[in-house]
Amino acid sequence: MAKGTPKPDELSRIDYTPPQKEWMDTPVKLKPGMYCWGAKAKNLQAVGFPNARDWTPADEDWKLPENWEWTVLEGIYDRLKKYRSFQLFLDICVRCGACADKCHFYIGSGDPKNMPVLRAELLRSVYRRHFTFGGKLLGRIAGARKLTLDVLKEWWYYFFQCTECRRCSVFCPYGIDQAEITMMGRELLNLLGLNIDWIQGPVANCYKKGNHLGLEPHTIMSNIEFMLDDIESITGIRIEPSFNRKGAEILFVTPSGDLFADPGTYTCMGYLMLFHELGLDYTWSTYASEGGNFGFFTTNEMAKRLNAKIYAEAKRLGVKWILGGECGHMWRVVHQYMDTWNGPADFLEEPVSPITGTKFENAKTTKMVHIAEFTADLIRHGKLNLDPSRNDHLKVTFHDSCNTSRGMGIFEEPRYIIKNVCNNFYEMPENTIREKTFCCGSGSGLNAGENMELRMRGGLPRANAVKYVHEKYGVNMLANICAIDRAALSTLMDYWVPGVGVTGVHELVANALVMKGEKKRTTNLRGEPLPGVEEEEEEGKEEKEEQGG
Amino acid sequence: MPHIEFQGKQIEVDDDGYIVNLDDWSPELAEHLASQDGITLTDAHWEVINFLRDYYQKYQIAPMIKILVKEIGKAMGPEKGNTKYLYELYPAGPAKQACRYAGLPKPTGCV
Repeated sequence: MAKGTPKPDELSRIDYTPPQKEWMDTPVKLKPGMYCWGAKAKNLQAVGFPNARDWTPADEDWKLPENWEWTVLEGIYDRLKKYRSFQLFLDICVRCGACADKCHFYIGSGDPKNMPVLRAELLRSVYRRHFTFGGKLLGRIAGARKLTLDVLKEWWYYFFQCTECRRCSVFCPYGIDQAEITMMGRELLNLLGLNIDWIQGPVANCYKKGNHLGLEPHTIMSNIEFMLDDIESITGIRIEPSFNRKGAEILFVTPSGDLFADPGTYTCMGYLMLFHELGLDYTWSTYASEGGNFGFFTTNEMAKRLNAKIYAEAKRLGVKWILGGECGHMWRVVHQYMDTWNGPADFLEEPVSPITGTKFENAKTTKMVHIAEFTADLIRHGKLNLDPSRNDHLKVTFHDSCNTSRGMGIFEEPRYIIKNVCNNFYEMPENTIREKTFCCGSGSGLNAGENMELRMRGGLPRANAVKYVHEKYGVNMLANICAIDRAALSTLMDYWVPGVGVTGVHELVANALVMKGEKKRTTNLRGEPLPGVEEEEEEGKEEKEEQGG
Repeated sequence: MPHIEFQGKQIEVDDDGYIVNLDDWSPELAEHLASQDGITLTDAHWEVINFLRDYYQKYQIAPMIKILVKEIGKAMGPEKGNTKYLYELYPAGPAKQACRYAGLPKPTGCV
């Protein structure tokens, strides 16, 4: 936990009293722990972003270019022309407030500027003043205000206090997508080099090396080799996956977090074991080595540039289709943008499972299938030999990732898988799951260390729902299908609900998977004894002692 | 960009205190950084730092914690091949604190 982060009992006392003055008269105060470090010059330069320089948000001087106001206004004008949704969402909000208390950051902070309606109003007010007749004429009476340095700083602070999770949009009677407002806000800030380094660093890495972490090809292979050693000692089976193999049927792409950080690495071991057991004709790529796309948190154009490598690699290797791992925002990009950004992928075939013959018609245009769909289909056709009792020490609940649930409607598949590989599954309350799921509080590139207070505040509603099932049913494992979740929820649970672990779904699958020719398993993928094994060993010892004695 | 002063030289560090130019690193600097956290570097600490630096030379990134744990277990004995031991040495976390003393950059992304 970062220094200075308040303790849970202190942080849970949230003050919902709004400030005395009106919101336009309440200037922004940057509170340490609630924001991230500014993007570094070298990381902005790496992708040719404007105004590359080192800067510190806490400093008065943000080293803005001359005529920055003009740059921003011109930026708004360009985007109004380019994105009809932007214009529409700025115009149609009636400020009914249905979204106000739906945001995890508002619930966790009590700051009215975290109400989605007001967060959007920060930008909408400038739009009115500079782009509408009423706003120009009536000014503040019409809710309009000029673009000033204070306004710009307020944008920066609050557009990086939104995880683009889109929970508010579910409740908006007009269907306004507030994430699009935040995305446009961030694009405008980006014109002035005002991104955060936790986003810009991974973007630069991804552009240079193919993944957010900056893993080189030999590092990827070495990390996977290490996992294969562990798999061999647990199962007795040596797996030999292929890398960058031309002519493979399937290209597999997953977030690089799975190749590096626990507990994502156990999920990665799960993929390796499942694919081996199936005898799947697939390959890893050390070039398209990132499913995630932090470019999506800077500009649409950057996201498009980073995402291009997936189809490029699929074409180079001559695969038939692409299988994607457990990731959140990767699927928002793949499902809703990839085809128009980087397609048409007419060199690929409509995905068909080589094991079951199922045609994934939903992936007809993108040619990319989500692993939860793939595995659920395998189980449905009885293709996997599963022993769910190996997960009997776990009481599992499932966190719907914002992007896979609200962004592509994957609700049933992960649940179907979990129920087939675990005997104890419990749902969190209805208004906190599926399309109404609460964000982990760290999405959209906000999973840094220096903004820990923000993350713990934003994650409070999710943690609260986990606490409920933890206390009611003894839930001790929080499953999910997103790499940011795996990293962020671990910290969140330690803070709010100690005693609850975090896992990817395919870790659970691999633990239950009975592989052909495996030795008797005594531990799970984490090296912990399987349920019943310790007792068996004890009994065995006693028997031996009895026999010997 | 923040700086720290060490042996009469200005050394550039990032907002989290990691050195920016890896060439600025020296064993004395590692000891200086540790002493600021009230830690005196012992041979056990150096075992970790040296491994991290060797690994970084080869792979251009800090190792997975799993790899670090296994390697330290090999070098220092199996009873020390666990995260608990590493946290005893580096209370703020081996990935963050030990990497900072070793002059490695902090990993970023979905981690």
